[in-house]
Amino acid sequence: MAIEGADIVKAAAFLGAGLSMGLGAIGPGVGEGMVAAKACEAIGKNPREAGLLTRTMLVGQAVSESTGIYSLVIALLLLFVV
Amino acid sequence: MDIDTQILVKSAAFVGAGMAMGLGAMGAAIGEGYTAAEANGAVSRNPEISGDIFKNMLVGQAVAESASIFALVVSILMLFLDVPLDNLLNGAALLGAGICMGFGAVGSGIGSGFPGGQACVGIARQPAVASRLTTNMLIGSAVCQTPAIFSMVVALMLVFMGFDQAPLSPTWAALVGAGFSTGLAAIGSGYGGGLAAGASCEGISRQPESVGNVTTVMLVGQAVAQTPSIFGLLVSFILLFKRFPESYELQAAMALLGAGLCMGFGGIGPGVGNGMAAEGAVRWVARNVKRAGELMRIMLVGQAVSQSTAIYAMVVALVLIFVV
Repeated sequence: MAIEGADIVKAAAFLGAGLSMGLGAIGPGVGEGMVAAKACEAIGKNPREAGLLTRTMLVGQAVSESTGIYSLVIALLLLFVV
Repeated sequence: MDIDTQILVKSAAFVGAGMAMGLGAMGAAIGEGYTAAEANGAVSRNPEISGDIFKNMLVGQAVAESASIFALVVSILMLFLDVPLDNLLNGAALLGAGICMGFGAVGSGIGSGFPGGQACVGIARQPAVASRLTTNMLIGSAVCQTPAIFSMVVALMLVFMGFDQAPLSPTWAALVGAGFSTGLAAIGSGYGGGLAAGASCEGISRQPESVGNVTTVMLVGQAVAQTPSIFGLLVSFILLFKRFPESYELQAAMALLGAGLCMGFGGIGPGVGNGMAAEGAVRWVARNVKRAGELMRIMLVGQAVSQSTAIYAMVVALVLIFVV
């Protein structure tokens, strides 16, 4: 039952990994949803530019995704490296 | 030591009951307030049909209320149920059940308010399609309730399953984590599903002939918006049913608690985002019904990208459960 320093560090790393990926997923999810909503609006207004709008949406979402990927990287670092 | 365990389990039941009802009251109250506010606006716009609007408001609010009624039922159960007091794990399970039901009712309660409010506004705008709007509102807000129902299922399983043979540690963390996973993930899906349902009521009142397409796109969009809460349910079931070997190291427990928090928080954003995408698509299907196919396609592509972070969260949660 004695809790050692190394155990506490490992426990904190696991909890941190969960919080990193969990909280980090909120922003990109909401942001990418906003992009998709506006893309639907734009295509509804101007369907002829659907291809261009889809491309713009995907590029915008990819940029918004980046912070989610940072969270994933940090979570995996916490799990397997540190 | 016996008395200590009994006091702890009893306290956990009371804290859990308080969290279930306290958190569970938030969502429905906000959603119903939104419905009533929109109904007031609608009555001032078209006072002659205030009776229809009033009826629709009450029906919409009754559906939104159900999320907090689930919370009330779970809370009362936890207060009066005779759980065995000699096992600390029952305390963890009751705490997890309270967390699960409390957070789980928030999103569905708020989300169900949107279709209710928009249906009232729509009736003021187009009194002729009142019954169609009420039907669409009921379909939309019923789907919004599913995340709250998932939470109630997990909460009831935590209350009734019994964990006599399981080792205290790390099972306690698995039970609390199971509560967080479904409860938190339900917030986004409930709220997002409500956005789509609200937009569909608004759209039908503008273009009543588009009702078939609008309802279809709404249901597809809501179904995708539910997936983060299904991921949360999946992680909860794994945490509930997997047998974890006894370990009194802190890291084993924190990995399971971390898995629940990861999937729970990770489900919020994609649930809301998928709902926003569905809202945009539904709104414009109503205005430009000839392009319904194209809009549905772009909605699904956008939702798939928005979903990705929920999938990352599930991967990290599964790694925390099975690998480390």
